[in-house]
Amino acid sequence: MLSRTADSLFWLSRYVERAENTARIIDAAHRLAALPSSYGATGNEWESALAATGCLELFTEVYGEEATAESAVDFLAFSPANPSSIKNCLEIARFNARAVRTALTAEMWETINTAWLELKGYGLGELDLGRLSDFLRFVKRTSLAFDGSAYRTMLRNDAYWFSRLGVYIERADATARLLDVKYHVLLPPEAAVGGSLDYFQWSAILRAVSAQTSYHWVYRQSLKPWLVADLMILNPQMPRSLASCYENLTRYLDQIAQIYGRQGAAQRAARTAFTNLESTDIDTVIAGGLHEFLSTFVEENIRLTSLITDQYLL
Amino acid sequence: MTTTAFDEMTGFGGECRQGYEIVETWLRDTPVELLRQRRHEAELLFRRIGITFAVYGDAEGEERLIPFDIVPRIITNLEWERLAAGLRQRVTALNMFLKDVYSKGEIVKAGIVPEDLIYRNPCYRPEMQGITLPHDIWVSIAGIDIVRVDADTFYVLEDNARTPSGVSYMLENREVMLRLFPELCARHRIAPVENYADDLLATLKSMAPRTAAADPTVGLLTPGPFNSAYYEHSFLADKLGAELVEGSDLYVRENIVYMRTTEGPKRVDVIYRRLDDDFIDPLAFRPDSVLGVPGLMAAYRAGNVTLANAVGTGVADDKAVYSYMPEIIRFYTGKDAILSNVPTHRCREPDALKYVLDHLPELVVKEVDGSGGYGMLVGPKADKAKIETFRAKLKAHPEKFIAQPTLALSTCPTFVDEGVAPRHVDLRPYVLTGADGVRIVPGGLTRVALESGSLVVNSSQGGGTKDTWIVDVARTFAQQSQQQQQQQSAPRA
Repeated sequence: MLSRTADSLFWLSRYVERAENTARIIDAAHRLAALPSSYGATGNEWESALAATGCLELFTEVYGEEATAESAVDFLAFSPANPSSIKNCLEIARFNARAVRTALTAEMWETINTAWLELKGYGLGELDLGRLSDFLRFVKRTSLAFDGSAYRTMLRNDAYWFSRLGVYIERADATARLLDVKYHVLLPPEAAVGGSLDYFQWSAILRAVSAQTSYHWVYRQSLKPWLVADLMILNPQMPRSLASCYENLTRYLDQIAQIYGRQGAAQRAARTAFTNLESTDIDTVIAGGLHEFLSTFVEENIRLTSLITDQYLL
Repeated sequence: MTTTAFDEMTGFGGECRQGYEIVETWLRDTPVELLRQRRHEAELLFRRIGITFAVYGDAEGEERLIPFDIVPRIITNLEWERLAAGLRQRVTALNMFLKDVYSKGEIVKAGIVPEDLIYRNPCYRPEMQGITLPHDIWVSIAGIDIVRVDADTFYVLEDNARTPSGVSYMLENREVMLRLFPELCARHRIAPVENYADDLLATLKSMAPRTAAADPTVGLLTPGPFNSAYYEHSFLADKLGAELVEGSDLYVRENIVYMRTTEGPKRVDVIYRRLDDDFIDPLAFRPDSVLGVPGLMAAYRAGNVTLANAVGTGVADDKAVYSYMPEIIRFYTGKDAILSNVPTHRCREPDALKYVLDHLPELVVKEVDGSGGYGMLVGPKADKAKIETFRAKLKAHPEKFIAQPTLALSTCPTFVDEGVAPRHVDLRPYVLTGADGVRIVPGGLTRVALESGSLVVNSSQGGGTKDTWIVDVARTFAQQSQQQQQQQSAPRA
């Protein structure tokens, strides 16, 4: 297929995935910010929501003041000044979809095009919580419908695999950043200062990735921060864990290598990262420094993106 | 003028014409509310599928929907047979004309078309002079604009031999009609159009260069998502199973064209290009073009890639050359044109110019190289100031204009806000010419001027579209004998 087509498919699914992740983070931050401070609301939840989506710096540049619920939601959801705002994500996704319409199935195109049309109905203005949660639901629904239509209607060829690569690269990035912002509440018992006050922070992380029920099924015990970290980093059963993302990246890159008849640097890098995740445990990760582990991971993930780009997308 | 127009359903205010009987009853018996509901559904359908076009110079409505009218336009198979024969003849002559113009120029030597009209035409490409194209086909895809003024008279209004657009609407309009009105469709015997993409692919592949692989690779070259017809480009590429390429996806090495793929370079043999001559190769034409492919012309001249349509075809669909089409057809085919031209005044000729200047309020004046309904004067609809502007333009550069009588274009029942009312229509059938012959899908794109009395059907000027049905009707006895007579009589001298 055309390199440009592969590139657009990759970014199309990345932006849809990013829109959903941001919607989840806004949702979680909202719940936390609404808690009385004695329940563990640590300072400014909106600042950490901005940090988790990687746009705190830009926010500060644009607003020059501490985030409020209004300014943060506006920036994360609607602002044209934020290239990763949900609105921008969906617009860029639709632009990419339009550029590669021939590589999409009718269902995928209709999902993204309908969302783009519907998007015009939402916008700035007063922060109305009812409207906001409608909007966030709409974003999640779009992403689910897009993913579902890809899964159910696309040919299993390189077009499908490149679009999956976009999903998992983006998802791995989002999970790692989310954990990194909250790493101080994910430390083992002897290091914890806040004790049970952090409970709602942990539960917010799980909520942000839709994993509250999964946690209980996997560990069958009350929330423990290091187990939250284990679930999100190392558990391959958890669809948003780093291990699961890399298991998928490895698989789809292998499938591409197989039909093209050639392994490359991207395949080797993904496999190495996945093996590392498989062969460690959460105690080792925490002992080595959770924050260091996560920031190295984010950098490696970016490096994999440029390897994929060099190998296929130019 | 509107009152005297021929109506496709009722003629000049008379009885229902052949082919329209069922539709007439249907329009009479269907409640307006239901029609409105269906029209709304059609719009939703189009919007969801994303059938839009961009209007240049309109930042607000970056993408718009072409209004779709739910009342079909019907042409009987008997009428169509004659149209198709005329189209075939005309496009064959266009191809012979282009071959001649870019080789010996016999038509100029014979004094039929003035030399400067061709060789000083801005669309004439000296780069193509003396080049032999595989199979001598210059125009593989032609869109011929046709208007009707009475039961028997069809005029060709314009030939489009560069990159005619609109065929996706012909295909999508049919899909929408079949979805919205399955019963109405089923009660007619409508010639299908859905094989257009197959025909197009076969046409394109038939023209592959000799050096190409047995199964040639076809690409559709688009200027990109910002182009007004981008929807159509992606739609067609999809139906063709061809890659939709932009200039940056292609490169030329040793006079071979390749596309950049995830598996490395892949040779391209036939390019259906929807990019104007000026932009296809910055080395040969406009150096500032970022849409084209450097070296494409060299590969083309070396015979390693086929471009459809060929470079330089604009010299044949120019409106000034158009006025010579009856002579051109006679010169190459030895027969009279089956389809007439609109009688045209060539303002380059002093007598004609004088007449035109004296009769501006009743004429339509067009720029010879204009398109899309821009740069045009519709005398009866224009105010004094506009007429005077054109008078000045005409005096300054008469050779840049032609003028035609204001035609009473036929009308067709159309569902508008006030109900079903007659609106003026035209027709653009698409004619495909490959190494293996001419293919014409029965039908075409019917464009309709939605405003009452308006004669401008262009989508950029508020026109809409209709599905066009070529409907099988039985031949009456009179028609049978008339046809036999036509077959027996020799062509007029």
